[in-house]
Amino acid sequence: MTDIPRRDPRTEWILRNRLHPQYDEVVAANSGPVRGPTGLLRWNPHAVGFVGPNGIKRIDRSAGLTGGAGGLSSRAKRRSAQVEVELPLHRIEQPDFYVAVVVDLAGGRLSGHDKDILGQAHQLVKAMEGEGAVVAIALGEAREATFDTAGADRLVHLTEVHGQPLTGYCPEQKLAVLEAVESELAPRYWLFPDSVHGGADIGSRLAARLGERPAVHAWQVDAEHTVCRGGSQLTDWHRPTARVMLLAEECALPIDETRHEAKSIELSSIPRVTPQIEDLGQVEVDPSKIALAEAEFILSAGNGVRDWHQFHTVATALGATEGASRVAVDDGNMPRFRQVGATGTWVTARVYVAVGISGAIQHMQGIGRCDKVVAINLDDGCDMTKRADLSVIGDSQGILAELLRLAEARQSGTESESPAESTEEERHVA
Amino acid sequence: MSPDSFPNSLSNPDLKVASLISVGQHPKSGRARRASQDARAVELGLKMTGSASRLIHVGGGDETGLRQYLGMGLPEITLLKADGRADAVPILASYLKEQPADIVLSGIHAEQGEASGMVPYLLAEHLGWPIVPRIADIQKVEDGFAEVLQALPRGQRRLLRVQLPFIATVDNAAPDARQYAFGPARRGLMNGVAVYAPVDEARLDWQENPAKPRPKRLNVVKAKSAADRFKAATAKPQGQGGKVIRDGTDREKAEAIMELLIAEGVVR
Ligand SMILES: Cc1cc2nc3c(=O)[nH]c(=O)nc-3n(C[C@H](O)[C@H](O)[C@H](O)COP(=O)(O)OP(=O)(O)OC[C@H]3O[C@@H](n4cnc5c(N)ncnc54)[C@H](O)[C@@H]3O)c2cc1C
Repeated sequence: MTDIPRRDPRTEWILRNRLHPQYDEVVAANSGPVRGPTGLLRWNPHAVGFVGPNGIKRIDRSAGLTGGAGGLSSRAKRRSAQVEVELPLHRIEQPDFYVAVVVDLAGGRLSGHDKDILGQAHQLVKAMEGEGAVVAIALGEAREATFDTAGADRLVHLTEVHGQPLTGYCPEQKLAVLEAVESELAPRYWLFPDSVHGGADIGSRLAARLGERPAVHAWQVDAEHTVCRGGSQLTDWHRPTARVMLLAEECALPIDETRHEAKSIELSSIPRVTPQIEDLGQVEVDPSKIALAEAEFILSAGNGVRDWHQFHTVATALGATEGASRVAVDDGNMPRFRQVGATGTWVTARVYVAVGISGAIQHMQGIGRCDKVVAINLDDGCDMTKRADLSVIGDSQGILAELLRLAEARQSGTESESPAESTEEERHVA
Repeated sequence: MSPDSFPNSLSNPDLKVASLISVGQHPKSGRARRASQDARAVELGLKMTGSASRLIHVGGGDETGLRQYLGMGLPEITLLKADGRADAVPILASYLKEQPADIVLSGIHAEQGEASGMVPYLLAEHLGWPIVPRIADIQKVEDGFAEVLQALPRGQRRLLRVQLPFIATVDNAAPDARQYAFGPARRGLMNGVAVYAPVDEARLDWQENPAKPRPKRLNVVKAKSAADRFKAATAKPQGQGGKVIRDGTDREKAEAIMELLIAEGVVR
């Protein structure tokens, strides 16, 4: 009697109706292996997948057929697990030797170049006998710098030396720190990024001070051999690997599979120096004279700009270099050399503000290397708002007018707050 | 840019400026010419002290390249005669000890050979002088100090004050060198000085080959499963969910933009 499977018409009825208030409960009770009337294992196709936001049933096969109403949540769980995955920690207790990497920390962040050099340092450590540690030397303020995932086993991070902050141009103080590292840790190699952000300068100084002959523009390095680019990029020098190296971009792959300790090292004594070079601060540069390709901050105008005089005033007030889309140029509102895009200039700005630009692919190609894009546009579905980190939807004229008012308020505000700072010297115009 | 454009109040008749020059090469044809950064250094020297500024070259004296510097309006080049394999630094250091200068200018990198850019640094270390890299201009020289404009990336400039004597390397941001004239280039003197020039031993067993193109880095996706690799290959790079502000007054929208500009540090 008991082993005759019995049908339950009410449950079946609920199961047929997805909108029934008890549907979820009944499905949950019935899930799990179900035996059919003949004792065969039955698979309930209705319990597979989940209903997507548009009401269509979705089956996520990549989720390992967990099935059931929990499909969505389990997928979300998986995704968050993927984000938080902990890389294995690479631990070094007692290093036999050190490889020093002096990072640029341009703008307080580890650049791709810095990370490549750290990757190169680990390659050199692996090629040598014994257990070595990569010590990253960061001089100056650091923002969002992730030394552990970038591959620093040890870290020397100083923001000031003898009460003197390491900001601006202070190569002599920085050199003193490096000399202290040299005398305390005696690194097997000194690696620097061969960059205009100060790496090439400080590396050359250290090489001259230590009397080491550096390998400069090195782009292929192993424990024995180094290939360096020669003058005018026309020759390669094959030479033995040097102790001090200034490495080109993309010389090695960055670290991405391990996490490192980034254990802080305190230097016991740093020699005092009397700097012969004094930094009088950055001078104001006329933004319209900066080449578009290397400008840091661009305000770009497109077909959606109505008042051109206003646009130029805003650019001046914000201190932005002006750019334009092709339509703005073709209509004669902007000069040809201001055009951004495939047939214009490929820009590298850190902040790019697009005013009334729809974001045609030819324009997007030109701003591929910009960090932050801001869009001002009437149309919230245009391609520029999809690319932008911040989009404001509205009429360009009104928003530019408010922006101008804010910029002017800010200028007069800062001037009245600190009149002593804006002395003659600092307001040189290059 | 005539030599007179350096304001009289700033120019000092006793100021001694020397430029270190080398033979450059055209980046495409490889033909010998004046090196562009060195020519800018010469231009800066001309601006400060006119034709009293000196030119110093270490080497065998390749006429065509060097004479172009003379064509910029200078009467002579001091040619410290040395083999092409000699190390220029000790030669220059001993010469500058005998014939002192207040400001020594040079390019950042040579256009030929190793182009390590170390000569000015080593020279500074030998002489105990400060070195200022990548300058765009020297704005004034007063009371034994010079105010130097240094070129930073992205067209920015920084003002530095440095004690004389010093060495500076001249950036491409410095004013363009003037055109050179053929007549003065022919008439100028190459004043050869015999010096003791030891051979640069370390470099003898290095090899110099034509440059190989560098491999481009590929975006290799390290994924565990085929599904992940497929996703990485086909997924459209999405804008990482930018913020969209639809409502609010123009004022609020402008404030949101201003906030971002200030956070990024582009509006000071
Ligand atoms: C071979 C070729 C090469 C090209 N090369 C380039 C190139 O190098 N650079 C380039 O830029 N283009 C280039 N183009 C042109 C490109 O395809 C687009 O036509 C152009 O970029 C569009 O410019 P736009 O966004 O300014 O104008 P539109 O596409 O007209 O967009 C105007 C935008 O402004 C908005 N708008 C209108 N009024 C207002 C308002 N009052 N307030 C706020 N927003 C408003 C609209 O919503 C719209 O999104 C090229 C085209 C071709 C065929």
